[in-house]
Amino acid sequence: MTSDVTQKPAQASVLKNLDAVRAMIKRHKFNDYIFSAIGLLTLMLVLLTLLILFSDLVMDGYERFNLSFLSEYPSRRAANAGLLSAWVGSALVMLVTFLVAVPMGVAAGLYLEEYAPKNWFSDLIEINVTNLAGVPSIVYGLLALGLFVYILDLGQSILTAGLTLGLLILPIVIVSTRESIRAIPIAIREAAYAVGATKWQVCYDHVIKYSYGGILTGVIIGMARALGETAPIITIGALTFIAFLPPSPVTEVAPFINFEWLSSGFTVLPIQMFNWLSRPDHAFHINAAATGALIIIVTLLMNGTAIYLRYKIRKNIKW
Amino acid sequence: MLKSLGIAALIATAFTSGLVEAAEKIIKIDGSSTVYPITEAVAEDFQKAHGVKVTVGESGTGGGFKKFCRGETDISDASRPITQKEMDACKEAGIQYIELPVAFDALTVVVNQKNDWAKNLSVEDLKKIWAPGSKVKNWKEINPSFPDQKLSLYGPGTASGTFEYFTEAINGKSKSQRTDYTPSEDDNVLVQGVSSSVGGMAYFGMAYYEENKDKLNAVGISPKAGAPAIMPSVKAVEDGSYQPLARPIFIYVNATSAAFKPEVKAFVDYYLDNAPTLVKEVKYVPLPAADYAAIKEHFKKLKAGTGFGGKNEVGIKISDLLARVK
Repeated sequence: MTSDVTQKPAQASVLKNLDAVRAMIKRHKFNDYIFSAIGLLTLMLVLLTLLILFSDLVMDGYERFNLSFLSEYPSRRAANAGLLSAWVGSALVMLVTFLVAVPMGVAAGLYLEEYAPKNWFSDLIEINVTNLAGVPSIVYGLLALGLFVYILDLGQSILTAGLTLGLLILPIVIVSTRESIRAIPIAIREAAYAVGATKWQVCYDHVIKYSYGGILTGVIIGMARALGETAPIITIGALTFIAFLPPSPVTEVAPFINFEWLSSGFTVLPIQMFNWLSRPDHAFHINAAATGALIIIVTLLMNGTAIYLRYKIRKNIKW
Repeated sequence: MLKSLGIAALIATAFTSGLVEAAEKIIKIDGSSTVYPITEAVAEDFQKAHGVKVTVGESGTGGGFKKFCRGETDISDASRPITQKEMDACKEAGIQYIELPVAFDALTVVVNQKNDWAKNLSVEDLKKIWAPGSKVKNWKEINPSFPDQKLSLYGPGTASGTFEYFTEAINGKSKSQRTDYTPSEDDNVLVQGVSSSVGGMAYFGMAYYEENKDKLNAVGISPKAGAPAIMPSVKAVEDGSYQPLARPIFIYVNATSAAFKPEVKAFVDYYLDNAPTLVKEVKYVPLPAADYAAIKEHFKKLKAGTGFGGKNEVGIKISDLLARVK
């Protein structure tokens, strides 16, 4: 055996090279250190960019941070102009987006993960869904203009915008649903089947329940993206000046719910911001900066909520 | 439960949305972003005074006409006259329109503040600079008395009405211009560009110059070499001496809406009555008072059609324009 023959000299060489080995470990540790430093630096750079952008917007726009900015309609006088129709429009569009994307996205994700047979067809669907997530938003806008506005004749309405953005974030919801479903151990399903649960009972009582946090995260991140989308909304013909609110969704008389608002014209925050930014008058640029800061704050809040909920829900799950 | 309710609601509304829309009185306006500030100001005040809802979009002159000729809007803002193609589209859809000039926009040629040589330029000079295929890259090539300074050009994007008018007025052919310049749809970017380069030059609407007087110099324009140069100003535009870069801007009113929707008629009347003050407030140049009176008369008689015949024209008088439509 060669080891018997070489054991002694090897041991000796190890002892002899102990310093060399220590130096090597030290070198590797140093490399590790360099990598983590680079990683931290990159992270800081990203955060710093966001911070600079945000503080720049706040510094430009802080003088408009007051309640009247949120309760006034757009106006030709920059100091009187407000965001009322824009933020209400954004909120209503987001509501429709949510109602469209969540049931469809979760159902599609659940089907693909739990029900669909694994064959070339479901592979094809999978590739398409992933691909859809990367399609530029303007393409969705053009699709919506042709389909919703002209063929289905829904007009340039809140409903059209909500459906468009719903389609836009659908792939995000599907992918995040699938990922969080996949994270559930197979043993959970098998245990449920073992006590005689049907497929639907397994899905509804276990799979959906345990993947709730992940799905919610995906939904909120998708909604945060939809909030800042401008291109598809401009394509379907959102307005710029609108100094009245859509009819209220809730009424005082029966049946208490009113759907007229869905067919109303609208504008959204990023469009209002874009319009102010292209004005010659510098006072409007201040309004635009304030709007930008507001959009970033809302997006941060939404993403923060997503992280918090995911953390909280994960903590409650005990397998 | 909530989810299925939402879906049911969506489906229900999809079928009823058409009905709901027809019941409400809304004046729909879309079109040019150049005319937008004026229409916005009128819409704001009109809505407060009359309680009728008005919406204004900003799809650009071309985009606005597309919607207008499909009958989706009552009024279209336009920074240039309607084209032959758009006239055909409207005709096909059976849409008749009343062409109403509402204000002047003066295109202003601007240079950097450190530029102390080009106080005035003639149309020929501008043509030398902006003509398609022009090789002028240095100020001294324009005029031997100018210093040896690199010329950097900024201008509006090719989709804008400003581009169309400037090329027509300076190069004699609409939409033909040299291509090696920095284009931007956002005039504030052009302001930025010229104010940061000593040899910079750009052109845009006077409102942008007025707001950035502290950063830029305007250039006086002489219609012919040797003729006295005219600085862009409200007065020069009003008396017609600022030529050829002053242009009228328009609203096109759907004739059927004007005749049968009292709120649209009231809006246009309000527009023309208040234009002199509101146009000034948003830093455009109002038409002479006599012209507004003639335009009001023109609208009252519902004279449908365009005075341009599908082509843009430089330096036309409003009264002549109105007279062409019988």
